[in-house]
Amino acid sequence: MTDQLEQATDQKPRRAAPWEYAPAPEAKDIVTIRPRYGLFIGGRFVEPRSGRYFETVSPSTEQRLAQVAEAGKEDVDAAVKAARQAWEERWRNLPGRERAKYLYRIARALQDRSREFAVLESMDGGKPIKESRDVDLPLAAAHFFYYAGWADKLDYAFPGRVARPLGVAGQVIPWNFPLLMAAWKLAPALACGNTAVLKPAETTPLTALLLAQVIQEVDLPPGVVNIVTGAGETGAALVAHPGVDKVAFTGSTEVGKVIRRVVAGTGKRLTLELGGKAANIVFDDAPLDQAVEGVVNGIYFNQGHVCCAGSRLFVQESVFELLLEKLKERLQTLRVGDPLDKNTDVGAINSREQLEKIEELVGSGIEEGAEIYQPECVLPERGFWFRPTLFTGVSQSHRIAREEIFGPVLSILTFRTPDEALEKANNTPYGLSAGVWTEKGSRILWMTQRLRAGVVWANTFNRFDPSSPFGGYKESGFGREGGLHGLEPYLDFDRANGRRR
Amino acid sequence: MATSSTEIERSGAVPPGALGFTATQAAGLVARTAAVDAVGLEERAASLAKRSIKREAKLWALDLAIRCMDLTTLEGADTAGKVVAVCAKAVRPDPTDPSIPSVGAVCIYPLLVPVAAGQLKGTTVRVASVAGGFPAGLAPLEERLGEIREAVRSGADEVDIVLNRSAFLSGRYRQAFEEIAASREACGDAHLKTILEVGELGSYDQVRRASVLAMAAGSDFIKTSTGKLSTGATLPAALCMMEAARDFHHETGRRVGVKVAGGIRQSKQAIQYLVLLYETLGPDWMGPDLFRIGASTLLNDVLMQIAKERTGRYQGPDYFTVD
Repeated sequence: MTDQLEQATDQKPRRAAPWEYAPAPEAKDIVTIRPRYGLFIGGRFVEPRSGRYFETVSPSTEQRLAQVAEAGKEDVDAAVKAARQAWEERWRNLPGRERAKYLYRIARALQDRSREFAVLESMDGGKPIKESRDVDLPLAAAHFFYYAGWADKLDYAFPGRVARPLGVAGQVIPWNFPLLMAAWKLAPALACGNTAVLKPAETTPLTALLLAQVIQEVDLPPGVVNIVTGAGETGAALVAHPGVDKVAFTGSTEVGKVIRRVVAGTGKRLTLELGGKAANIVFDDAPLDQAVEGVVNGIYFNQGHVCCAGSRLFVQESVFELLLEKLKERLQTLRVGDPLDKNTDVGAINSREQLEKIEELVGSGIEEGAEIYQPECVLPERGFWFRPTLFTGVSQSHRIAREEIFGPVLSILTFRTPDEALEKANNTPYGLSAGVWTEKGSRILWMTQRLRAGVVWANTFNRFDPSSPFGGYKESGFGREGGLHGLEPYLDFDRANGRRR
Repeated sequence: MATSSTEIERSGAVPPGALGFTATQAAGLVARTAAVDAVGLEERAASLAKRSIKREAKLWALDLAIRCMDLTTLEGADTAGKVVAVCAKAVRPDPTDPSIPSVGAVCIYPLLVPVAAGQLKGTTVRVASVAGGFPAGLAPLEERLGEIREAVRSGADEVDIVLNRSAFLSGRYRQAFEEIAASREACGDAHLKTILEVGELGSYDQVRRASVLAMAAGSDFIKTSTGKLSTGATLPAALCMMEAARDFHHETGRRVGVKVAGGIRQSKQAIQYLVLLYETLGPDWMGPDLFRIGASTLLNDVLMQIAKERTGRYQGPDYFTVD
């Protein structure tokens, strides 16, 4: 018997190398990218009056994908006028249940074409296909479904108040969740009876332009949604346009401050969803293996290009060593590379500019004396890449603990007591989100009541749902998107006072 | 992942106490076991199950699945004839294709061990016997230990026992520990696999605690299920056990194997468990010494998938032997 066992042990495995997952790329042929895109104004793609175009590239290959129109002031003006006309002549007069039908159609079209959208999103933005497929697309469709449901129930949403649309919404969105942010902005605006001019980010315009095609196909009345592509100047022209009744912006705190100055005194309504430096707080009784997953998901999800990313990890000192060991081991298993590969966990950095910003801040972390750790992984030669990174020995005063990096970089700090954790977590100009990891229910409640953040996750992180309001405290902005709260910024109650429909 | 080491030195049989745990310490260890969050665990398992394993990576996994397979027949109707047929299949799963490896072991009831031992002599396939009052584990301890000794004496290289869930669930951790430790001793040189029967434990916290208990008591493997319940192995429960085995290795330096069993019938499932294993315990565990899949009908599906990967076409079921 012993011989037999020896013999069995001698049976050599056929392959001595670690298991290499074969490439599993999602096919690109489902996507048709036009060589050149105009502006989507009044239900049609039109040449820009500015005559200017810019290129959008794939950050994972640096390949040019398409030429996209750059909207100038005149173009923005045309878009706002188209939106105004559509609102006055058509959209505001439609009963809610009719508006809902269009939103449902858009939602279903997003589901029907989700693979196409997901591939395009990953090509243009660099995010892993598993995220665009499993997160961005389902959530974008869910937002349209959710707000479609509200469109005919606005009279019941705010008891005692009569809700009316505002008019034309000017919406400027970021490059981290291009289609999803378009959905967050358009769905409530349209459900509430407004029309919109949307300005996608210059590095990721393609899914918004595909959405424009969907909007044409579902026969949304021309001018209800207009999409003007361009960079900062285009956004500035939209925000400053006198024909805009409401401005919604998601992006950096820096630009948010500029917008608030521009909008001040104009009577325009404003919501801002800005940066963050979220605290993810792990107590010693936490489910540690799941906390590790939550930390990884909190900061490496979408390469850390997430405004609510858990970029500051606070660990109770008694489990610091153990958690750090687990975290480092887990980082080794992250698969960095081709965003279109279904097994990729971390994709490409969205742009060269963003990569440089991340490199600069990581450099400051090293200079200020924090200790850097990066897993061994081979990065592709072309494209913009950054290894998942963590810093230990970080103190509150380090730049990497204070400034938003917007990249896959985690700063780890420690604490001894819940009070200390709370004080350090709140000690930031931002306040978008936070995470608490503990088995103790009472501690979760104690922390969530005191954390100054718009969203607090308990034993999870980066979870989104259209029915849940999302927004910031302090320099992370104001106003809420999602849920019942997300309707308010698109409705006027005051003017309707005392009047009945 | 660090280095690959597909061939692990087989850890010698560990006598009770060799790990340095007393029953009291083990009970303390169980009480201090890290909490498991069900939502997070299930999410992680589901995300790993979505890995896309193709072409050569898939062929490699299918080959490994066969080498790690405990080809099982555990029916009241089992006869010598049935066991002879299973053994033949275990040694040469596909008579037309010599490149297909033998399975890891044949898993049977104790009374049929002599038949299997005779059939498998001189092959690489090991004889595994369930014992210890399988599947409930509620026979008197002496009877259970006697059954283990008898199975080993008749030629079993490996013994699959069950955790005493009655003791474990009522908090009698010392008793549960001592019974496993005694079973370990009764096994002698044979390998001990302890079945936790995760479908009866009620929570992942309990799965993790039972894993720690079984490992501390000297089990060479911890195994998910008997296959006698409607709930067999699940991805999250297996992940939970793998995480426990990983942490146990970090703490004690000892590698404990993981066996998944119960309801694994398709290649796709087998590959999902291999992905879980690879991304949790790493390449060191990727071999029959530290990973097993207990299954009765999985083998033909794996053969079918191998043929499909190689030829690009599915073959009809009649091209694979039914044993």
